[in-house]
Amino acid sequence: MMIRESQIMKIHYITAIGALFVVAVHILMRLIMPYNMSLEYENVIANYHNIPYAILLESILVLIAIHGFNGLRVILLELRQSKAWEDGVTVLTIAAMMGVIAYGTRTIIVANGLGFE
Amino acid sequence: MTEQMIEKIERIEKKHEKKENLRSSVVLKVYRANRLAGEPGRYDSIEVPVQRWTTVLDALLHAKSYKDPSIGIRYSCRMASCGSCGMKINGIPRLACYTKVSELEGSSITVEPLANFPHLRDLVTDFSQFFVHHRNMQPYVQNEHADIKDREKLSEFVQSPEDLDKFLQFSYCIKCGLCYSACPTVATDTKFPGPQALSQEYRYFIDNRDTASKERMNIVDDKHGIWRCHFAGSCSSVCPKGVDPALGIQLLRGHLLGFSKNEKKIADLQERLKKD
Repeated sequence: MMIRESQIMKIHYITAIGALFVVAVHILMRLIMPYNMSLEYENVIANYHNIPYAILLESILVLIAIHGFNGLRVILLELRQSKAWEDGVTVLTIAAMMGVIAYGTRTIIVANGLGFE
Repeated sequence: MTEQMIEKIERIEKKHEKKENLRSSVVLKVYRANRLAGEPGRYDSIEVPVQRWTTVLDALLHAKSYKDPSIGIRYSCRMASCGSCGMKINGIPRLACYTKVSELEGSSITVEPLANFPHLRDLVTDFSQFFVHHRNMQPYVQNEHADIKDREKLSEFVQSPEDLDKFLQFSYCIKCGLCYSACPTVATDTKFPGPQALSQEYRYFIDNRDTASKERMNIVDDKHGIWRCHFAGSCSSVCPKGVDPALGIQLLRGHLLGFSKNEKKIADLQERLKKD
């Protein structure tokens, strides 16, 4: 079933608002200790081991990937107008979005240690 | 008292004259090209005499009458009603009949064909695609209760002034194409209906005589539809009739997103005979 453009744009706007919120929380979490300390290996791994924080990182990944790749689709749709181009752009951006989410999720899972310990 | 008033009026007039760029003549730089003949574009400089009240169209018609009769220009009413004489004047889409030479700065005025339209010759562009977009919006009231075939049953809708206010400004559109020419999305996306068509869709969507709201939403809810508007707002700033197409687009978007509800009470049919 085809999704209407208004539904896609609703998702686009909701993911933008959601991303703003989760990225704000993420930045605040970086500021609870000196910035250079928060980037130290042990601290980064500790963040991934914290399940609520791992969920926060996963939600940042999903929200930004959906919003960003839909934005890219919109830009590319305006570039050229033909059925082949439009279908190609839609398939390509969905595939790229799923690839990025899959790779990012894998990173979170590996760093978290789930299933690999 | 009267003398004081006259002095005051004279002072205001002098102030106004300073603002206006009064000249006895002006150089028109007219874009000339015949695309069909494959001619490359060039600018012809033509000096024309001007008065305080001379419009760019008057100046062009003077040039056409006395200097170069081959200048291609489209015009009709000369009073900003028909929307025929749209062109880029000093880079901005304007109606030539509605732009006074004295309003413009500099000793020369550059006139070019409207952007975003296929160019035909000199200042004339092809409006076919523009009107196709307009037609696609079904720019007419649709109401299954209105029997237009049976003359006996012909009657009018009862509409309150409040209902009229909702779409009145959008009905002032004269289809001059200035907003379409100024739109940055139209420049790249040929399937985008443009501000004129979208604002007209809102005009009929919000009209309480129309019952096809859902169908109208479906028309604009497309990959190349209403969502491609960047809200640059240039359409509204160039409109010579004070229509705000960007507002119409945003209001229609609100309805599509569910922020606004089109809870219009469909206007009743008042049988003319009964009323009389």
